[in-house]
Amino acid sequence: MSHSPTTIPEHHPALVHQFDSMEQQREASTFGMWVFLLTEIMMFGGLFAAYLIYRIKYYDAFVAGSSSIDVTWGFINTLVLIGSSLTMALAVSAAQRAWRRGAQIFIVLTMILGSVFLGVKAIEYHQKYVEHHIPGGVFGAFDAVSDYPGEDHNIYWDLVNKEHRTPEAAKQIADQTQIFFCFYFAMTGLHALHMIIGLILMTWLLVQVQRLNIGPEYYTPVELSGLYWHFVDIVWIYLFPLLYLINRTHGR
Amino acid sequence: MQSLPLFPEQASTVAGQVDALYLFLVLITTFFSLLIAILIIYFAIKYRRTPERTAEQIHGSTLLEIVWTVIPLGISMVIFLWGAALYFHIQRPPGNALEVYGVAKQWMWKFEFPGGQREINSLHVPTGRPVKVTLISQDVIHSFFVPAFRVKSDVLPNRYMTSWFEATTPGTYHLFCSQYCGTKHSGMIGEVTVMKPEDFAAWLESGKAEGSMAASGEKLFQQYGCTTCHRPDSGARGPNLEGLYGRPVRLQDNRVVIADDNYIRESVLNPNAKIVSGFQPIMPTFQGVVSEEQMLQIIAYIKSMADQTGQPLNNRSTPTQIRDTEVPNVQQQMQQDQNQKPSGKQP
Amino acid sequence: MSTAAQTVKPVMPARHYLNDNYGIRSWLLTKDHKRIAVLYLFSITFFFFIGGIFASLIRLHLLTPNGELFQADTYNKMFTMHGVNMIFFFLIPSVPAVLGNFIIPIMVGAKDLAFPKINLMSWYIFMVGAFFSLYAMVSGGVDTGWTFYTPLSSGFVHTNVIVMAVGILFAGFSSIFTGLNFIVTVHRMRAPGLTWGRLPLMVWANYAASLIMILGTPVLAITLILLALERGFHIGIFDPKLGGDPVLFQHMFWFYSHPAVYIMILPGMGVISEIVTCFSRKRVFGYAFVAFSSIAIAVFGFVVWAHHMFVAGISVYSAMVFSLLSYAVAIPSAVKVFNWTATMYKGSVKLDTPMLYALGFIGLFTIGGLTGLFLAALGLDVHIHDTYFVIAHFHYVMVGGMVMAYLGGLHFWWPKMTGKLYPEPVAKLAALITFIGFNLTFFPQFILGYMGMPRRYAMYSPEFQVLNVLSSAGASILAVGFILPALYFTWSLKYGEVAGDNPYKATGLEWQTTSPPPTHNFDVTPVVTEDPYHYGAEEEVTVVP
Repeated sequence: MSHSPTTIPEHHPALVHQFDSMEQQREASTFGMWVFLLTEIMMFGGLFAAYLIYRIKYYDAFVAGSSSIDVTWGFINTLVLIGSSLTMALAVSAAQRAWRRGAQIFIVLTMILGSVFLGVKAIEYHQKYVEHHIPGGVFGAFDAVSDYPGEDHNIYWDLVNKEHRTPEAAKQIADQTQIFFCFYFAMTGLHALHMIIGLILMTWLLVQVQRLNIGPEYYTPVELSGLYWHFVDIVWIYLFPLLYLINRTHGR
Repeated sequence: MQSLPLFPEQASTVAGQVDALYLFLVLITTFFSLLIAILIIYFAIKYRRTPERTAEQIHGSTLLEIVWTVIPLGISMVIFLWGAALYFHIQRPPGNALEVYGVAKQWMWKFEFPGGQREINSLHVPTGRPVKVTLISQDVIHSFFVPAFRVKSDVLPNRYMTSWFEATTPGTYHLFCSQYCGTKHSGMIGEVTVMKPEDFAAWLESGKAEGSMAASGEKLFQQYGCTTCHRPDSGARGPNLEGLYGRPVRLQDNRVVIADDNYIRESVLNPNAKIVSGFQPIMPTFQGVVSEEQMLQIIAYIKSMADQTGQPLNNRSTPTQIRDTEVPNVQQQMQQDQNQKPSGKQP
Repeated sequence: MSTAAQTVKPVMPARHYLNDNYGIRSWLLTKDHKRIAVLYLFSITFFFFIGGIFASLIRLHLLTPNGELFQADTYNKMFTMHGVNMIFFFLIPSVPAVLGNFIIPIMVGAKDLAFPKINLMSWYIFMVGAFFSLYAMVSGGVDTGWTFYTPLSSGFVHTNVIVMAVGILFAGFSSIFTGLNFIVTVHRMRAPGLTWGRLPLMVWANYAASLIMILGTPVLAITLILLALERGFHIGIFDPKLGGDPVLFQHMFWFYSHPAVYIMILPGMGVISEIVTCFSRKRVFGYAFVAFSSIAIAVFGFVVWAHHMFVAGISVYSAMVFSLLSYAVAIPSAVKVFNWTATMYKGSVKLDTPMLYALGFIGLFTIGGLTGLFLAALGLDVHIHDTYFVIAHFHYVMVGGMVMAYLGGLHFWWPKMTGKLYPEPVAKLAALITFIGFNLTFFPQFILGYMGMPRRYAMYSPEFQVLNVLSSAGASILAVGFILPALYFTWSLKYGEVAGDNPYKATGLEWQTTSPPPTHNFDVTPVVTEDPYHYGAEEEVTVVP
């Protein structure tokens, strides 16, 4: 190689100066995204580990907490996210085949589904707000009377009347659900934050698909955004069972 | 040893052993540090750059690498085993220890003896007898450190920790808080006064103003209404506590736990966590009602409750003597109670 | 040695990375890893001196036992600020973000790191964190200790814990992005012929440190987030009054913070490998062993965290496991020390300033590392935990080790980075002053610790005063030793001799290009055909018995 490194024959417009070839650029960028996702796994992993430790320590309270969040909404969100991963994969495939309009359509669909996810989350958070399940000053899982007919997720009431616990035990368990909700909001909140970042990323990507020559030689931005999106999806695939599904009823 | 200003006085049975391990490590450190220092100085001089000589390019030597991996590993294992054995000894109080209870708070130490004698920032102990200090914090994490005894234990909120020692030499020694705990962390110090057994007995006598911890605990036991449910008769709604302390207990989910200090404390503050087999989870929580000192007095009282066989307390029985009380008419009693408003204490 | 080259006085290259572009925008929007390294140099030097000011105030205060200089609250803030600044805003970025950023792309024969924009972003993230940290400092400080133990930090102090936690969070993300960049660069951008087995040990060391950065730092992030949530919303994650577990905080905190010390020391060890080989004009002894020991330290470093918690309430059995593993992690470091020493054997040694710092490192790191064995010994740790013995231990490895390595590296690559030579006699004097001052400051603290003086004490028992005075006297000397380089480095920018491409006649790709290097590093992409440290002619392998 005797040329000056800044001029390479067949210089692809998207080739940045530090790389010698598009192949090297693609490999390095993909590797970089995987390393980044590894750091994200460590971060969520720390949170999950703390959650699991407390689930074991406060088993009853976490059962009560889990059963007070709506599986239906969680299930809908799971389907929505899996769908959005499908549309994202289709976007990557379209970009690979230089079908730019198709890629843009699928990206928009992904964004719509992502927004639906966030909308459902907002509904769920609102439910929690109404039921006084938000940790901190206004937490009140043990209100004696349910204020809203049909909204029967008053934990204390459920424990006494549906699970036939003694009032004393019910009160203690209801108090301890605050820790469950703390983790619920921390975990789903961190995930939702990543979703929002994902939507911003998708907006940027729409522009990039338009601006750049996305095609078989260069579709890396779409591919890497896809990786990020799939990762956020996978985090939810873990969150959903951990928060909503396991131990909704008393196993012991 | 004691005249050297490099060591605190050796005032406990374990101090000399800790110092011995320390000395061994000092020797190892001195040896290897000097070895490396001398070698690099020697090489820097002997092989200094001169125009006549060029460096000899040596790749390495696998044999040497193995040697200087295995030897440090071997020495490390010796140190590890020695340290581990010593730690095992330090962390496990002997059974016949004199009990003292300590409550740490920002920024003072409060001690109480079973006989009711109290001290603040000061602790009197006898020579020749193991002393076990049971410690808890009222607020943040502190640490109980007596350099002359070579013992230390963090003092946690919401959980009892123990530290034990056997003092050997009468005198006054420092007590330091050694876990940073806020503004007056460096002021949270005290004095441990070691006395000969006769002097210690005399000191105990003079401090008996308030009655023993167990007696205070009994008063609290009645004041908080514990006797309502915790009775020896078969109709009691709570487990009988006589002879309970130190014995295994079977829980509702078939786990077996030992009824130690932490168990009793948890049962008072978070009763739903461990329900004794055959009983209902009806005990209200006393979180925020009972102070740390009161809790220790209640535990002292429970410790003192001998069972009907008159056996001495605090002997750790074998698992075959598991308490497995069956109280047949509790279910009926529960049906009656559930129709009424809960009458437990509200914190 | 080519005598012909020495008769020609070196001149600065006409265009290089410093004068290629002028103006503040060209610096603040640069993508050049060398300029970003210089930006980091300014930032971390600033924080080193802030941390140093706090250290000086601490040592001044501790001259008397009754704490007459500052109130206890102020003192508590000072040691917290000293620790936070030195660890998160100086030590962790020091070698990787300054020397690593500058040198590693050149060492692997690349034109830049894999992701130059992310590199710049990491500096900006660092500066945001720095801003939060400074804000926390000037608006009342933080007084929890750099370890932020709960429930003290989450429910009892009234200082700016959350702001400081956010600052550290940002500094952590900066570290993660630096590590990510290094890993991808080393994997994907090595020049033709540069196999893993031919990489300079500086690259191996920074690579290992980068592994720790990306795996450990996220756990710190989540720990700080949970701490901030608990403090802000009064929920009981770590506060036992609200049902939480304070020991869980310690586990999560130390899971990062122990590997963090290896993030700090490994890059320094990489620097030492470069310096010792160059100034002995010899290949390193046992290259593979030194390279793999870096990886071993990174791996083992993740499984020893609870050796900070032997008296904190963990079970006797887990304590034994962690103690055993802590001895395992010490062995690779010992192997390195032996290998560096053996590198000098039959070498051609010149005691230039970088070599003085490197030899100082080897001696002081040995002492510091061996005193770690004291702390790993369970029965002994009960006595010396949370005393000045611990402080002496970590300052020996961090200052006697890491800071010396950083200064050595700075001296070694200063000619490359600036094209100028620093004044050698003054530099040697500064190294000597630093060495003397350091030992005088910290050796007495081993004794203080064994005598029982606890850490973080604003007032102490009078019998500890003599050693404290000795320590403070040493600190004043050490301060001189640190200030001198700041002065003469600045001086050298204008008045220093021109260095030339390779003033030390070192091997390594960075010395094959101009000093300072051109913006694009190489005029021609190099092809590597030789092992690193190919000093002298290739001879047959000689095996020392």
